Amino acid sequence: MSNKEVVVPIGPYHPLQEEPEFFKLYCDGEVVKRVVWEAGYNHRGHEKISEGKSFDQSLFLVERICGICSCSHPFAMVNAVEDAGNITNIPVRAKYIRTILGELERIHSHLLWVGLAGHFIGYNTVFMWAWKYREPILDIFEMTCGNRNHYGMFKVGGVRRDIENDDIPEILKVLDKLKPKLNLLIGAVMDDPVIHSRTKGIGILTKEDIREFHALGPTARASGIPIDVRKDDPYAAYNMVKWKVITAEEGDVFAKAAVRLLEMIESVSIIEQCLNGLQKTKNGPIDIKLKEVPAGEGVGHHEAPRGEVFHFVKTNGTNSPERHKIRAPSLMNIPTFRRSCTNQTISDVALILAAVDPCYCCTERLLSVYDWESGKREWTFNDLVKLSHEKTRKIMKRLKKQDV
Amino acid sequence: MGGDHKVKMAKVLFQFLIFPGFLFLSVVGGILSWVDRKLTARVHFRKGPPLLQPFYDLIKLSVKETTVPENASARVFLATPILALTASVISGILILLPALNISSGFRGDLLVIIYLLAVPAVTTIIGALASGNPLSAVGASREIKLLISYELPFLLTILALVIRSDMSISLSDLIAKQAVSGVFIGSFSGALGFIVIMMVIQAKLSLVPFDMAEAETEIIAGVITEYSGIPLGLIKLTRFILLFVLPSFVISLFLGGFDFTGWNILGSILKIVLIILLITLVRNTNPRVKIKAAMKFFFIWMNLFALLSIILAIMGY
Repeated sequence: MSNKEVVVPIGPYHPLQEEPEFFKLYCDGEVVKRVVWEAGYNHRGHEKISEGKSFDQSLFLVERICGICSCSHPFAMVNAVEDAGNITNIPVRAKYIRTILGELERIHSHLLWVGLAGHFIGYNTVFMWAWKYREPILDIFEMTCGNRNHYGMFKVGGVRRDIENDDIPEILKVLDKLKPKLNLLIGAVMDDPVIHSRTKGIGILTKEDIREFHALGPTARASGIPIDVRKDDPYAAYNMVKWKVITAEEGDVFAKAAVRLLEMIESVSIIEQCLNGLQKTKNGPIDIKLKEVPAGEGVGHHEAPRGEVFHFVKTNGTNSPERHKIRAPSLMNIPTFRRSCTNQTISDVALILAAVDPCYCCTERLLSVYDWESGKREWTFNDLVKLSHEKTRKIMKRLKKQDV
Repeated sequence: MGGDHKVKMAKVLFQFLIFPGFLFLSVVGGILSWVDRKLTARVHFRKGPPLLQPFYDLIKLSVKETTVPENASARVFLATPILALTASVISGILILLPALNISSGFRGDLLVIIYLLAVPAVTTIIGALASGNPLSAVGASREIKLLISYELPFLLTILALVIRSDMSISLSDLIAKQAVSGVFIGSFSGALGFIVIMMVIQAKLSLVPFDMAEAETEIIAGVITEYSGIPLGLIKLTRFILLFVLPSFVISLFLGGFDFTGWNILGSILKIVLIILLITLVRNTNPRVKIKAAMKFFFIWMNLFALLSIILAIMGY
């Protein structure tokens, strides 16, 4: 064996990733010495497009940022627009329906991850079973929204379609059937000694690492940091229902899986409480008839399945956002590979990269600047980051001067 | 004399190419591969492929373009699948002739069979290294590690059986011994050896949990990443044949071989389906283990089991 490092590429197209993405693993034999991440295969310019659309169109657009968390982005955006326009009188029924959608999405996204994680460690039975159990959730979506994905339910000031009180018993029945299946899956994953040997003690992120990288969602919660926007800054119906934040202490891949699996049980309980709430409100209004969104700035969060998704919207009294900034949780979660992947084997790194449940289409923003005529790259991603750091430093200096 | 010689040649050619040679092995192997895929699909709640799907796959691959990577050494890269196929067919014939009780000059020398069964793995390693792909190189290094870990318990288990059958190293003697004094799996040493050899053939077939040499989600297809078209088809065909040959070997060693007289046909088919069922169940209820864990598993546990089996065999259990 030579001492030269071998590059094992994961990407741009690789069975590990469902999206185009490029990780270069610099390996010495089986051991990965360092990882370099090259992004930019998925950039579509959503923020810019959104600034040229009306709020209603924009919601449809952000829904299509990602197919898996397709209600997280509109959820965060309506929160942001409502914050900017100071719209507070959202009907209770709309709040419940938003919460139900958010939690259903969490269940289906976590089931999807569990299945994929099974596939990544070569356990295709878990893969197929988890995706089979995910089907009833998609059926509920189809029943309530008309679509299995991309629900089109959110609008500023409420929701578009009501969940009829007559439909609720049927949804509850599906959830009742789902619970034993979830418990079976949890048992199968949590008690399997071979899965333990593959996932325990691997890719450990300490609390300090999480704080350093600002990681979010299940990635942070698995390291013992109970960060959850639903609890920290409740919106929609999250303060009207009882639930608890699931955390684990170990911070390894197994803890991340455990957190996700147990969160699904919490989500089922939240949905049931919301459905009961809906039944109590009889058939109230589901939206407020909004004439216009006043000028202002607003931020909105939503605890997406992968962590907090953040939207900033600046309105100027017209019907489209003047500035729309999106930050998905994967942007904070993916870079943790710097801490968790070094000196691990290739088999482990593949699993660790997948363990944060990365969503690249959510994450990718402007990455490099090309000269139109010559096609030469003028600014790379790192240059842009450097530029932004410099600007931040300048602003900080100015602010410090003002303080003095 | 000349005529006699010709008949003999024709008989050997028939045995090599048709029964129990290449054609028979391919067809039965393909069907067994379908059994494996169908069972897997049913475990997954899927529908599964039609009976002829393995053969459709081969036909499709045979009309696909064959690409050779630029920095590969083309001759070695393309020759190794043919070598692997030849070795697996010959080992199949040498196992099946005694197992099916066909009278021939060959009495099933175990050492030759063991060597031939190692050839497919070795050629895969050489082909992978010749392809010049870093992923294949990682796969090849894993395959080497796996090969050196499972060969020792494999040999030790067979040694235990050789001791049981009065130090004879011919497969037909082993089968004859079982016909007299009961199948080896019925004894303590045999049962232990059976567990070891099932694990070993799982690794030899590169199925989960020992498929790290071609772990899809880590190194794409590992050792066979660069293969396409007909060479890939040959590799698949080798896998089909091994899926028949290795279980047949296990049946000859532990379950008294095959018997195609009267109602025993059913018993013989049941034996092979049972072994395939075991293999499929193991591969569907386990995740892939890491190469280190696999080496530890074979070096420590399987060797221990095999040694125990030898000790029991010497004591006569």
